[in-house]
Amino acid sequence: MTFLIKGVSLLGGEPTDLLLRDGVVAEAGTGVSAAGAQVIDADGLVALPGLVDLHTHLREPGREDAETVETGSRAAALGGYTAVCAMANTEPVADTAGVVEQVWRLGRRAGLVDVQPVGAVTVGLRGEHLAELGAMATSAAAVRIFSDDGHCVSDPRLMRRALEYVQAFDGTVAQHAEEPRLTENAQMHEGEISARLGLTGWPAVAEEAIIARDVLLAEHVGARLHICHVSTAGSVEILRAAKARGVRVSAEVTPHHLLLTDERTTTYDPVFKVNPPLRTGADVAALRQAVADGVIDAIATDHAPHTVEDKECEWAYARPGMLGLQTALPVALEVFGQQWDLIAERMSRAPARLAGLDGHGRHPATGEPANLTLVDPTARVSVDATAQASRSRNTPFARMTLPGRVVATFLRGEPTVLDGKASR
Amino acid sequence: MSRHLLSAADLDADEATAVLDTAAEMANVAGREVKKLPTLRGRTVVNLFYEDSTRTRISFEAAAKRLSADVINFSAKGSSVAKGESLKDTALTLQAMGADAVVIRHGASGAPHRLADWVDGSVINAGDGTHEHPTQALLDAYTMRARLGRLAGLKVAIVGDVLHSRVARSNVLLLHTLGAHVTLVAPPTLLPVGVGAWPADTSFDLDAVLPSSDVVMMLRVQRERMGDSFFPSVREYSRRYGLDGARMRQLPAHAIVMHPGPMIRGMEIAPEVADSPRSTITEQVTNGVSVRMAVLYLLLGGMNQ
Amino acid sequence: MAHAEAAQTTTKTILSGADLQRVIDRIAHQILEKTRGAGDTVLLGIPTRGAPLARRIAERIEAFEQVRVPVGSIDITLYRDDLRSQAPRPLGPTEVPQGGIDGQRVILVDDVLFRGRTVRAALDALRDLGRPSAVQLAVLVDRGHRELPIRADYVGKNLPTALDEQVQVRLAEVDGTDGVMIISGSGPPSI
Repeated sequence: MTFLIKGVSLLGGEPTDLLLRDGVVAEAGTGVSAAGAQVIDADGLVALPGLVDLHTHLREPGREDAETVETGSRAAALGGYTAVCAMANTEPVADTAGVVEQVWRLGRRAGLVDVQPVGAVTVGLRGEHLAELGAMATSAAAVRIFSDDGHCVSDPRLMRRALEYVQAFDGTVAQHAEEPRLTENAQMHEGEISARLGLTGWPAVAEEAIIARDVLLAEHVGARLHICHVSTAGSVEILRAAKARGVRVSAEVTPHHLLLTDERTTTYDPVFKVNPPLRTGADVAALRQAVADGVIDAIATDHAPHTVEDKECEWAYARPGMLGLQTALPVALEVFGQQWDLIAERMSRAPARLAGLDGHGRHPATGEPANLTLVDPTARVSVDATAQASRSRNTPFARMTLPGRVVATFLRGEPTVLDGKASR
Repeated sequence: MSRHLLSAADLDADEATAVLDTAAEMANVAGREVKKLPTLRGRTVVNLFYEDSTRTRISFEAAAKRLSADVINFSAKGSSVAKGESLKDTALTLQAMGADAVVIRHGASGAPHRLADWVDGSVINAGDGTHEHPTQALLDAYTMRARLGRLAGLKVAIVGDVLHSRVARSNVLLLHTLGAHVTLVAPPTLLPVGVGAWPADTSFDLDAVLPSSDVVMMLRVQRERMGDSFFPSVREYSRRYGLDGARMRQLPAHAIVMHPGPMIRGMEIAPEVADSPRSTITEQVTNGVSVRMAVLYLLLGGMNQ
Repeated sequence: MAHAEAAQTTTKTILSGADLQRVIDRIAHQILEKTRGAGDTVLLGIPTRGAPLARRIAERIEAFEQVRVPVGSIDITLYRDDLRSQAPRPLGPTEVPQGGIDGQRVILVDDVLFRGRTVRAALDALRDLGRPSAVQLAVLVDRGHRELPIRADYVGKNLPTALDEQVQVRLAEVDGTDGVMIISGSGPPSI
């Protein structure tokens, strides 16, 4: 199938025609025509390179009641994504070549986004022994990012070994920075609101202490390090200093940490329970600044579907996590406005580089893989928790009206979303 | 008063005073031969207790029965709750039974707030996790007013495990609303981060606070906190923060000593203090019934909202 | 708009302060006469205005015959049958005089007798306080419209009214001034 996208604005630039054929951008320019092509009138729409999520929980295998590779892929495509990195905390854990290949194949079969599995750092995420990182790297899934996300690799010696070991196959360890002894039974950000609500605090220092340690370890062994879901102003300062010294550290922030604060907790509605927790307004401001100036490389969703039973309960009993794939781009537009180049960098180019996804994060120029998304920047959409493509409905943005609507997404030239609807 | 009593902060000064005034009238009923009023005839009050708290449950039960409400005790033990039924499903059951009020005691902070989203009746927080226990604060305020004649301007020291205490949180909020001045006294480990935003002073030094206190409220300190290194030993804790006879004698002559119970004699309070005439511990229990009658009347004794 | 409507009501004075005092004197005399000297008698006023009224009647009885009649109050809020018709009401005081009411002749005192429901509630409340030998009722104004088989033993003034009129008793102890008014026009009927 050949598609001719007429009059689309590339990252906010002048109207351009894009001809998509054989999986690539066959022609880009003005006055492009092609016999037999399906024409898409993209007047007023903005084209971005297809978004890439460094941090997605697809829940399959194990919790298919919350999400499957297919439903999560559909949510991703509808959110403008062409690739997602699937986190390893499934049941069984993605700590062997077998499991990561299974996830990778399920992604291929769904065919809505490229599903790039993340491998566990340690066996069973237990933080005791390294998983077979090399086997996962050389498997069909070609794993490059390793993470125990959901758990911190808290043992400093084990973390050091992991950082060193993955260099053999150009891997990256993505750390969930949470000192476990400082967050036992923690429920929310530790501060004035946790004191008032009587919920055990999750102190900022529990994140910052691990990031500080790990940038020093990465510096010492000369390895690459990635920090998942940075959530505090203090973490930003540690990263800023480390990057200034030349430490090979990268970092991501979630859309929810860029928009929401711990004030949301006061209703005790666990839809706002997440790990790391929602922080203060000062943290949000620092995170936004870090995205703007590049201390934070990527916006990653930490899309974490949970069933109704795991969320419609007491706060302390609820599982942490929020949906993110379908709302990430609108939240980014809400926070940063129509800074298209910044959004393309943080949501597509940088994450594609970090994940080693060569076909993604490329400017839609002639000859490039046709992975792109078309956005209507003027639309404002009210988020409906019951109308998410995800199998779950735990979006913290429900009933908020956010800017931007994904009109179409193309994966290697084929539409996964057209007219705002998933192709399958 | 709003439909629910979830936090002491739900009450403004007028509403809180109305509860105390109403409780004073209810207290008269307790002194009569016929201790029953027809006021809540035909209303159903459910006691939904996820934690064992015989004294609080009995107090609410007595209060509801004296007002002629039908009382259903729904204890988590031995019920469908113990078999893993969710709070939401339990709420729907209570809703179907037509509960006019649900009195809930729960180990998780905020559980009453969740319940209030799921039932039409009034929800009364009878203690949730380490969050609040508003009727305890009301009965404490009632007891202070009854003993000392006023609340405005009183200096109240709340001593002990503030971090984990729902009684402390509710008392700080209510006493502030009613014009009393609260000082929280605890080792730094047992004061929450963020306590600076509370309408209260803090001190680490009990001896410095006692001579100017009209009320000393001792909080229970659980031994297991020692295992978590909140303090080095029971002996050290009680030397620094326990109320013994010598410390009690530093108090002004009129000052009273309160304890929400159940108390650990010898840990936070010496037997000599607990049994002294300053101690209001048994009055607090008596006043609890009157205050809970007042709360039930003010929530249920009018039009359905 | 509500103010404009309220302004249309008319207030008519039925009893002046001096009239009211005379009426109280008459009730005191009637009680002395009917009870043959007011022995073994307790006056219980129904808050709000029945309570000071009871005290005034007792004062007059003492002035006339040097008899001290015990006075108390009996709040009926918790015994009302119309609690669910409005927001919870504040409670008035219930004060039973020393010596109690067992075996005594209790005279309930209220300002206005209307539908009779207040008195019914007072009888219920009284039953929980003790066992009087007899219960009587004294009211300053009887405005008719009874809904229950209740009548007063001592009436200061019979005042035929329309249902939409309000009878307002003012007492210096509560209102700063004495008098009885009738208010007609819009506004909810009084009870």
